[in-house]
Amino acid sequence: MPETLFDKVWNRHLVTPETVDAPGVLYVDLHLVHEVTSPQAFSEIEARGLPVRRPDRTFATLDHSTPTLPAGADGERPYVTPAARAQVERLESNCARHGVRLAGWDSDDRGVVHVMGPELGLTRPGMTVVCGDSHTATHGAFGALAFGIGTSEVGHVLATQCLLQRKPKAMRVTVTGRLQPGVSGKDVALAIIARLGFGGGSGHVIEYAGEAIRSLDMEGRMTVCNMSIEAGARAGMIAPDAVTVAWLQGRRYVPAGEAFGRAAADWLTLKSDPGAVFDAEVEIDGAAIRPMATWGTTPDAGSPVGALVPAPRDASDEKALAYMGFAAGEATTGHPVDVVFVGSCTNGRLPDLRAAAEVLRGRKVSPGVRMLVVPGSEAVRRDAEAEGLDRVFIEAGAEWRLPGCSMCIAMNGDFVAPGQLAVSTSNRNFEGRQGKGARTILASPATAAASAIAGVLTDPRVYLKEVVDA
Amino acid sequence: MPEAFQALTSKAVVLSQANIDTDQIIPARFLTTTSREGLGKAAFYDWRYETDGSPKPEAVLNRIDPAERRILLAGPNFACGSSREHAPWALVDYGFRAVISTSIADIFTSNALKTGLLPIEVDQATWDDLAAFPDQPVTIDLEAGEIRRGNAAPTPFTVERFARRCLLDGVDTLGWLQARLPDIAAYEAAHEMETA
Repeated sequence: MPETLFDKVWNRHLVTPETVDAPGVLYVDLHLVHEVTSPQAFSEIEARGLPVRRPDRTFATLDHSTPTLPAGADGERPYVTPAARAQVERLESNCARHGVRLAGWDSDDRGVVHVMGPELGLTRPGMTVVCGDSHTATHGAFGALAFGIGTSEVGHVLATQCLLQRKPKAMRVTVTGRLQPGVSGKDVALAIIARLGFGGGSGHVIEYAGEAIRSLDMEGRMTVCNMSIEAGARAGMIAPDAVTVAWLQGRRYVPAGEAFGRAAADWLTLKSDPGAVFDAEVEIDGAAIRPMATWGTTPDAGSPVGALVPAPRDASDEKALAYMGFAAGEATTGHPVDVVFVGSCTNGRLPDLRAAAEVLRGRKVSPGVRMLVVPGSEAVRRDAEAEGLDRVFIEAGAEWRLPGCSMCIAMNGDFVAPGQLAVSTSNRNFEGRQGKGARTILASPATAAASAIAGVLTDPRVYLKEVVDA
Repeated sequence: MPEAFQALTSKAVVLSQANIDTDQIIPARFLTTTSREGLGKAAFYDWRYETDGSPKPEAVLNRIDPAERRILLAGPNFACGSSREHAPWALVDYGFRAVISTSIADIFTSNALKTGLLPIEVDQATWDDLAAFPDQPVTIDLEAGEIRRGNAAPTPFTVERFARRCLLDGVDTLGWLQARLPDIAAYEAAHEMETA
């Protein structure tokens, strides 16, 4: 019987199949850990006297609670609270005690967990990857089955390397056609979520397919998979191809030499068979996608930059518009922007920073705007600085920070003040997500940069050489 | 390990808004804890408190007695967003033992079941009926798989069978998984691939 990509990866990892009475036992190849969702899990296994079963399949980083400003002259890092410092120190001690590798403050590898994993080659096609973080679906861009789990399940994986799971349904989202210049993976993601609706992917693993998806680089594919959860889906996956194989070759934890050839040959078998049946199929015209921005307080409330805010469908939409200070029938491009944030596990990779820098080069951030650029990892920071991107940002008037989740989740001291309007390359525009009372417009790095220059939400194609619109 | 759950009789709190995300249930700035205790104060914090920390008198969750209303009747797509298990921890610490909605996010459902908070999905008619009588005690009977209100006909509901057994009998999920370690070791021996 023809199988989907998801079927193939799922079946490879079943220790015991599910029955009517019990879920299946699913083996986890890679467990990524960060400071926020792990301390209670380590406490749980320690209370039971259990070791970390496979420290060699476990890898930790510091990202959520970490300051993005450097240590002061006294060597002290500017943590937002003593609790944030204590949480970081707890992960350091947990990793030391259990023999778990940690990309800590002194590591050149440290980064936002979903940026770091792929760039080190920890994430590879066909693997199962989990993390106590809903954006774990990012790793599905490599044809891995990757999904977020809660802290109790983090404990399960630490102790057994397995999870109890019932198999989700499968959905295929096919994005056809050729993307327009100036349209990025983020715009594709926002267009898909707008189509599916906020809960439209619930209970499903989505496979993204089609010419427009194939045309994305690995970073763009990661952006698309990253936001699967914003449609409610457990995971997003893209079948590996030559782009995937080329991206992985030479990375630290990817096999080298003959072993690489064998691995790559296997990776390329990971695709849905012709005739494979999905529980749901959605097709989207990629050529029709324009630079996107959200107008509401859910990630599905998105439309092309400059489009008019639609009439509210229900009380929740009315509440969202009241919170955002937008009116139905107006364009959101008239509202002054206070903050622009470029970064996060959605858009904190090198091509994202290049896209923002391309728009900003030789231009200035509007005087009323505070712009923060936060690389997704130390590797991204090094590469960006080697290309001089940091100079472009600083000369334009933006702040160039240390890697971390920063203003996406706003728990490290980087936040948008009450009432301020932010254009953000992150993944969630919920009320208060970027700080209490913060109003968030989600958009691509290019759109964020264009908005920083203009001081209002702006289509980046205004500043790009190839201005194309249909 | 969660408390066992057989049946609950309580009034409800209605939060009818759609898409109540886990950032509303517990804002991220409360996640720097290393404990799972005491998060009830942070539950719906920005709905309940002003920026200066004073309680909002009009907030429904400040006006009710949590001990009297242990059922949260929530709008569709409840607890979407972040995977933070702090969300059910906060709801349980506030006083809730059950959440009823027409749809509840996948990861939250999994987390809630491990926290002893029963997530129940019902159809719109049932939800509307319950929302019309929030002050009338409702019995959620997990063993029977029924919601009962006064003399109205009971409404059946289902919970994933394994999670249901864990809640009813107080089965320790991690312990159950540990009992599979021989199978897990056999899988590893057969499938070992290059590790990271």
